[in-house]
Amino acid sequence: MSDFVLAKATLPDDRVVDIKVVDGLIAEIGNGLSATEVIDCTGLRALPGFVDLHTHLREPGFEQSETVLTGSQSAAVGGYTAVHAMANTQPVADNAAVVEQVFTLGQKAGYVDVFPIGAVTKNLDGTQLAELGSMHASSAAVKVFSDDGKCVSDPLLMRRAMQYVAAFDGVIAQHAQEPRLTEGAQMNAGEISAKLGLAGWPAVAEESIIARDVLLAKSLDARLHICHLSTAGSVEIIRWAKSQGIKVTAEVTPHHLLLTDDLAESYDPVYKVNPPLRTKVDVQALREALVDGTIDIVATDHAPHPSEAKDCEWAAAAFGMVGLESAASVAQLVLVDSGKSNWARLAEVMSHAPARIAGDETHGREITVGEPANLTLIDPSVSRAIEKQTSSKSQNNPYAGLHLPGAVKHTIFGGYFTVRDFELAEQGRH
Amino acid sequence: MMHLLSTADLNKDDAISLLDLSDEMAGVNERGLRKLPSLRGKTVVNLFFEDSTRTRVSFEIAAKRLSADLINFSAKGSSVSKGESLKDTAQTLAAGGVDVFVIRHSASGAALSLAERGWTDVPVVNAGDGTHEHPTQALLDAMTMRERLHGLGATRGKDLSGVKVAIVGDIAHSRVARSNIQLLKTLGAEVHLIGPATLLPSGFDNTHTDLDEALTKIKPDVVMMLRIQLERMQSAFFPSAGEYSRFWGLTEERFARLSDDVVIMHPGPMNRGLEIASLVADSRNSAIVRQVANGISVRMAVLYNLVSQERQINE
Repeated sequence: MSDFVLAKATLPDDRVVDIKVVDGLIAEIGNGLSATEVIDCTGLRALPGFVDLHTHLREPGFEQSETVLTGSQSAAVGGYTAVHAMANTQPVADNAAVVEQVFTLGQKAGYVDVFPIGAVTKNLDGTQLAELGSMHASSAAVKVFSDDGKCVSDPLLMRRAMQYVAAFDGVIAQHAQEPRLTEGAQMNAGEISAKLGLAGWPAVAEESIIARDVLLAKSLDARLHICHLSTAGSVEIIRWAKSQGIKVTAEVTPHHLLLTDDLAESYDPVYKVNPPLRTKVDVQALREALVDGTIDIVATDHAPHPSEAKDCEWAAAAFGMVGLESAASVAQLVLVDSGKSNWARLAEVMSHAPARIAGDETHGREITVGEPANLTLIDPSVSRAIEKQTSSKSQNNPYAGLHLPGAVKHTIFGGYFTVRDFELAEQGRH
Repeated sequence: MMHLLSTADLNKDDAISLLDLSDEMAGVNERGLRKLPSLRGKTVVNLFFEDSTRTRVSFEIAAKRLSADLINFSAKGSSVSKGESLKDTAQTLAAGGVDVFVIRHSASGAALSLAERGWTDVPVVNAGDGTHEHPTQALLDAMTMRERLHGLGATRGKDLSGVKVAIVGDIAHSRVARSNIQLLKTLGAEVHLIGPATLLPSGFDNTHTDLDEALTKIKPDVVMMLRIQLERMQSAFFPSAGEYSRFWGLTEERFARLSDDVVIMHPGPMNRGLEIASLVADSRNSAIVRQVANGISVRMAVLYNLVSQERQINE
């Protein structure tokens, strides 16, 4: 039997309690609890372990960028106990064999639960449905499907996919990008792109797909999830759709909550990402939407790339940035330190809601007796300088050099400390 | 001046000094013995990742007139086609001893990346980066305007205050326009941008879609026509060559309505009969051939300024 008490931790609702964990489950919540080991958590915020609905782990195929192991470690450092691995690997996760491989690699690593996301279309080609049912029936039990990196732009395929996966309560996570409107696009279309001579990615290319897809979801009464909302206009469409009772959920990335397109003036591709960094107006709209519930979750779109993919001219560089280890800090900044919302909302957008959308049964639970001990303890008082090098294998880190609030002190994955006193465990849980 | 990457980096004094030096270089070009020993023993590398015979040759002549050793690196048939990066290519060449890189690249920002990302400490001249900037083109255009408007031999120390310049065509994809807009404003000129709405970039001042109306209203001293690429039709920026020419071409009729001493310019190569009528291009108002000659003088001045740091004109 392994048991410990997290003493005097502050819950999302501000109650200060002791949390006793026995054999991976929350056994007791109270005051003055005793156990083999008592860990002082005074001043720490106890939150349900974070769940990322949008992670690129790159394995199989791009192990020079990230592996399931290194990505899982980075996730644990960021306070995550579960991540959803995107399908754009090599080979693509468009069949039962690949999703089972990724799932198994996650179990072997033992730092977080790795839930594979299946491709919507075969080889992400956007022409023929992938074997969605087989991926769901596999040991990986896939429920979330996405061609992320590419949009399912064919309306017929999108409609059929949503209808097909609804049968087992699956959901399509759409990367909303009208392909014709974004040919060769390099950054947000606007005054900065006009000045820099970089081809623009207009907001309407995202908004027009979201508008179409919420109408498709309405007509089918099916669920729809929109990846990485980046524009004020997208927020308005989601707000309208929710007011109509359409079953749509939406995510925003930490970088779209913090960074703006003027960073491209350096032509440093560390700021090159898809969808692109937008304007201050967009950032403000996304923040308000996260506070008021129009946007349901924060998802990282953690997208590691090797240095050679970024140490080049802008147009030749890859899209994407890492984000697992700064997401909670950005969420704290936007929700708590801003005075606009609270820790309960942070727990909702970082854990409860993503787990609910994805159907993860052992994550995103309330901190109550009998639940699995997937917990994150944050020291909110810390202001930390972000270093370029994280536990990820890649260093395409746009936050490097910034000061962000809060630090993950402990991450507990099924009762096991994957991070303790800010240090990553040498081994995963086995 | 460590590099010449953008005309935005030049203040008014810098720009006028460079133009004055360019005028002096023009004097050299008109001599019987067109050669200065200034850059003897210095190595200039033309790093051309994009075809441009005109600009490459202009820099080549400029370097040779200053007695520099010149190396032409062209991406075609080179290691770049085998996947070598800009960083590695530049570092490989720099290892052989280079005093200045002149770079032409299809990616916007490539010159800035080469200069400022720590890949090399060699001075960099931007000879055109994607649809971003082409600063030596803007300098040669300003030099040409000074000559025409103030008179040859009366240009020293002069700016372009109050001069009205109309730039016509595909502004959105034009590095020439971007560099000109900034430099001309620095020199005090009033710049207007005219073209189809699809080819006018957002956030720029003084834009017009109706060429006739704009020319009547502005009464420009200088009309600069930009080359229109017919490939733009495939991306639906405009319907046809005929329609483009009808609404935005400098036809003989339009030319006749301009003032008698208007200066007509074009960065070349021209599509005669499309954006500019042949008779207009060859008229006495046209400064197009002079622009090419001035290109050499401006590039001599820039190379001289960057390479012989000990004799900087700015000091």
